[in-house]
Amino acid sequence: MKLNERSIAHYATCDSPADHTGFLRKRVERHHHHAHYHHSTSYQRRWFVLKGNLLFYFEERESREPVGLVVLEGCTVELCEAAEEFAFAIRFDDAGARAYVLVADGQAVMEAWVKALSRASFDYMRLVVRELEKQLEEARKSLAACCKSPRRSSSSSRKRHLSNPALLPLQEKPALLENGYSTWGSGGGSVSGGAACPDHDEGHVKPPPLPPRRRSAASSAAGSSAPGLLLAMPESPVSPETACFSKLHSWYGQEIAVLRREWQERQKREHP
Amino acid sequence: MRYNKGELLSLARQPAEKAAEILMRVPKKGSVLKKRLVKLVVNFLFYFRTDEAEPIGALLLEHCRITKEEENVFSISFLEDPERKYCFECASEEQCQEWIEALKRASYEFMRRSLIFYRNEIQKMTGKDPLEQYGISEEARFQL
Repeated sequence: MKLNERSIAHYATCDSPADHTGFLRKRVERHHHHAHYHHSTSYQRRWFVLKGNLLFYFEERESREPVGLVVLEGCTVELCEAAEEFAFAIRFDDAGARAYVLVADGQAVMEAWVKALSRASFDYMRLVVRELEKQLEEARKSLAACCKSPRRSSSSSRKRHLSNPALLPLQEKPALLENGYSTWGSGGGSVSGGAACPDHDEGHVKPPPLPPRRRSAASSAAGSSAPGLLLAMPESPVSPETACFSKLHSWYGQEIAVLRREWQERQKREHP
Repeated sequence: MRYNKGELLSLARQPAEKAAEILMRVPKKGSVLKKRLVKLVVNFLFYFRTDEAEPIGALLLEHCRITKEEENVFSISFLEDPERKYCFECASEEQCQEWIEALKRASYEFMRRSLIFYRNEIQKMTGKDPLEQYGISEEARFQL
């Protein structure tokens, strides 16, 4: 299958913000051709860069191109029973897919990575955005209601908000918003907000339109599209379509908390 | 560049935000428009031969530009090489516009900007940071 590798490599190395970076040791996966093959586990130190739902790894921090990429959809991130301390694994729902075993050099580093990777999926981001859209809508409604009362001591800046075209309904489409082009353009061909966005005064941009909706994944009971939740949860997995973001979010937290406790207990047992 | 192909193939089989048979031309010398099944899943655009289960290819939709070309036609190009265009000819102008809108919003970067925008607006209106209750307010990717 072809990929637009050059563009992907460019995205990996350009100066758009990374969500998490750092050195990790990555377990080398070998194929065993012989029954008697003695496989020793080895690790390679790589520089990892997390951008959105993509985890890139480079041979060196200064390398101009990633060695590899892990697409983080439909995966779970868990602490793992490797011989190494501070090891965690990225596992996929896909039965045949191999896991990525990564080793950090400390507890805090490991936890930070597990946290960042668990929340890296597109669906998670979409849920947060939807939740905030709702909150903004509610805030606007209650603000509008408040401002009707004459005693309301709203500041002039609030009044300006209400008349600001940026507060038009969310369906209003921005004049020109392209996929990351305007923000991270390195000069050259980038579209700056300028002429295309007439509402760009004092940083008030028209609200972006609603993100596209994924068709319901309710039919896929195994929820292979559900981000990273499918460990030992007895209840049915929460479909990414759920409106209850806080529930989904606390499930992530629970999972990490449980694994962390288990790890700590195991540490106590093994190192009394 | 290595990548977890199995996972991408699995993603290609997921329910799509949008899918249609569209004529597509890749930016290769001498290439022509061919009928493809084009499928948008998260920030990837997969394209299949119409009778095959496995996609021919996938485009990661980050740092890309979606441009309306002539009637019924739009193109996708990427930041580092804007003249290299993947062209798509739709059945109608309406379909063309729908795809343009959907693709413009299909990137993680777009969602990040939306989130930052909403967060900022809510904070200005209510004085409260909406991300705090989720414990993600300090994360670098959500900063203005």
